[in-house]
Amino acid sequence: MIDLALVNVSRLQFALTALYHFLFVPLTLGLSMILVIMEAVYVMTGREIWKRMTRFWGLLFGINFAMGVATGITMEFQFGTNWAYYSHYVGDIFGAPLAIEGLMAFFLEATFVGLFFFGWERLSRVGHLAVTALVALGSSLSALWILIANAWMQHPVGAQFNPETMRMELLSFSQVLFNPVAQAKFVHTVAAGYVVGSVFVLAVSAWYLLRGRNVDIAKRSMAVAASFGLACALSVAVLGDESGYLASDNQKMKIAAIEAEWRTEEPPAGFTVFGFPDVQARTTHAELKVPWVLGLIATRSVDRPVLGILDLVARARVRIESGIEAHAALRSLRADPTDAAAQARFAAHRADLGYGLLLLRYVSDPTTATPAQIEEAAWSTVPDVPVLFWSFRVMVGLGLFFILLFATAFYLSARHRFEQNRWFLRMAFFSLPLPWIAAELGWIVAEYGRQPWSIDGLLPTFLGASVTAASNVWLSLTGFVIFYSALAVVDVYLLVRMIRGGPDGLGYWPPERAGVP
Amino acid sequence: MPDYETLRLTWWLILGALLIGFAIMDGFDLGIGATFRFLGRTDEERRALLESIEPVWEGNQVWFILAGGAVFAAWPLLYAAAFSGLYLAMFVLLLALILRPVGFMFRNKIPDPRWRNAWDWALLIGGAVPALLFGVAFGNLFLGLPFHFDELQRPVYTGGFFGLLHPFALLAGVVSLSMLIMHGSVYAALKVGEPMSGRAAALGRVAALVYAICFIAAGIWVASALAGHQIVSQANVLGPSNPMTKHVAVNQGAWLGNYRTHGILWLAPAIALLAAGVTWGLLGARRPGVAFVSSCLTLAGTILTAGLALFPFLMPSSAQPDQGLTVWDASSSAPTLFLMLVIVAVFLPVVLAYTAWVFRVLRGRITLEEIRRHAGRY
Repeated sequence: MIDLALVNVSRLQFALTALYHFLFVPLTLGLSMILVIMEAVYVMTGREIWKRMTRFWGLLFGINFAMGVATGITMEFQFGTNWAYYSHYVGDIFGAPLAIEGLMAFFLEATFVGLFFFGWERLSRVGHLAVTALVALGSSLSALWILIANAWMQHPVGAQFNPETMRMELLSFSQVLFNPVAQAKFVHTVAAGYVVGSVFVLAVSAWYLLRGRNVDIAKRSMAVAASFGLACALSVAVLGDESGYLASDNQKMKIAAIEAEWRTEEPPAGFTVFGFPDVQARTTHAELKVPWVLGLIATRSVDRPVLGILDLVARARVRIESGIEAHAALRSLRADPTDAAAQARFAAHRADLGYGLLLLRYVSDPTTATPAQIEEAAWSTVPDVPVLFWSFRVMVGLGLFFILLFATAFYLSARHRFEQNRWFLRMAFFSLPLPWIAAELGWIVAEYGRQPWSIDGLLPTFLGASVTAASNVWLSLTGFVIFYSALAVVDVYLLVRMIRGGPDGLGYWPPERAGVP
Repeated sequence: MPDYETLRLTWWLILGALLIGFAIMDGFDLGIGATFRFLGRTDEERRALLESIEPVWEGNQVWFILAGGAVFAAWPLLYAAAFSGLYLAMFVLLLALILRPVGFMFRNKIPDPRWRNAWDWALLIGGAVPALLFGVAFGNLFLGLPFHFDELQRPVYTGGFFGLLHPFALLAGVVSLSMLIMHGSVYAALKVGEPMSGRAAALGRVAALVYAICFIAAGIWVASALAGHQIVSQANVLGPSNPMTKHVAVNQGAWLGNYRTHGILWLAPAIALLAAGVTWGLLGARRPGVAFVSSCLTLAGTILTAGLALFPFLMPSSAQPDQGLTVWDASSSAPTLFLMLVIVAVFLPVVLAYTAWVFRVLRGRITLEEIRRHAGRY
């Protein structure tokens, strides 16, 4: 009944297109904010160089923005094209933040981005600054609504299954809105985007300084990137989104997998800095642990335990058994909606329906599941431990490196010591790809770590896929790979060309404005 | 909170309003995208045409994104069934739409004619293909789409890509393409200098004529040869959204049922045609400003004509007519519809206000002299 080959290729397509889209999103978030800072300095001081900086970085922003918009349309389409059952099952809740994003954020961003480029001669200084600020506000608001939607997938609150319509329906929008996971995610993701923008400006400016070109612009850009980046890198670390990880069983499972914590430790649990998680043996070899740290980070307490994977699997087993009851009751209700016994049975087990659905991967009727299948389904709630373990550690390591990088840049910038420290300029330049690696790994930790669920505890990923021919999805996936690769080549080519041309060599704006220092 | 029936009806109207908003706003830049290579013969002429839409197309396209989001939030079953059923058509539409943001942003960055030519073609595809496909999609709604629901209520689509290219659907595609080319030509006649403006006015007149002929032909086809759907059981306008509980009859000419019972509805096609005629005349008299208004009326009239014929159907099923999606059985829950209604009522006026302000800032014609002053702003 479930075509796993179709599910896998649909997942692969979603993952690849989302990871690709997420190459552009953080830079849009970060650069738009940096443009606001630069233009604000221009408006306050009236010095032309800050306007030229805004326009030069704005040019690079525009190229990246176009890629973000282009690849973002794919994401909206894909819920419907490839995850039709998902869309039907949770559209009542999940559709709302996406529609609000369009109305409140994307409209703002997209309407004013044109004026950013075409309004320089048509608007007053303050007017243009306001336009730039609205673009930045729009992109951050856009992230807010998308992350509210995403947080609901991680921690679905304020909704209930309705047997009459066979889907989840909204109970409380304020719970969806003020989902604690959403708040943690928003701060973490947006600040991470600002770090991406700051490293980008820092690295490109370092390249100019190494070549002795555009020195005035590069130094000022570095100062902006260093101070803004330092503040943001600190926020990302301090406000990491693990604070949301105790909200539910599956979020707990995610943190247990990140830590490769197989057995529940005496609180406060230690943080595993290094080790080799072994999925077969359900243990971690060569562990190097720092006592207390994990318990403090994850529970913000010294006495609450961080549950281990084995205990969480045992919980899942209990919930699957309850879910079988819910599914059976639902079948009776489908046949006869007025069956009072079935209604009562469904009400008692409603919360575990999703766990019952996990069995549909093995049997078409969960009541016929064998104990071995239930055991297998319980273990299927454990995400890929080694991938999460390493992704998280590399991401955190990079995050700490960025703090160091920006702190050094800040110090050198304040002391005007860039020329004497070419090693730092080289390091800054070669750091260019690192924030993207960190951001993509963050996506992997959050979304791959959510598996096997589309909606945590409610809807298994394999069930959400559209019923369509796998060949269709292979065709579209091949198309995406070819098309996106070609776009990536053009995008990088253009960015490199614009950067090499530099603010001095572009001749891009009207000649009477080009030569102003 | 209004009752469920009112909420569903209101959301059907909002969906119509968003589609009309999309056609009016994004329609002119799709139309110009489809034709600027012919309206402009030199690179400067083409740049002038593109510059008339470059600063605004991005915001215009959000009307489409928003219509998609509104379908997801208000009609999740429609979103699920339509997007997954029309899988490859959606993929083609998507690739065409992806070409637009990059095409606009990349084209002027490098002066090499091969580079610009390549992006010009990309923009042409990005303008013409969506304009055509929207009509093909509407045409297929009249034909019914081959889908049903399985026991988990998952939509199952049993047709293929080429099944969508029925002659009637293609005719509907020509209606929407010619309509948006007319609209784009009016905007170009209004917004850019000579000689592009004159060419645009001439093209717009041809497009208005093609539109009128095809629109009438499609109407005759619907009345005489197409099977329409009609709910024959009691429509449960207040019931839960479950498309499995009604009975639908399929009869020749039934798509005109609403027009037969409410004669006033004939105003919609009448306005569409009349306004197209007025646009034709005004373009001949070189009055593109007023022509833009009449062109907007044609767009609104056309979309209303189709929507009123299909009502209450959103997506009829040719495979299992009883399971076709209607306004009454494919909507979100009442609380979600109400929440989204409040949000639309608050934010749509704000969007309209700042969009109007942006167009005011950008007012004035884009002439070749102006284009020669700079290398491109985007």
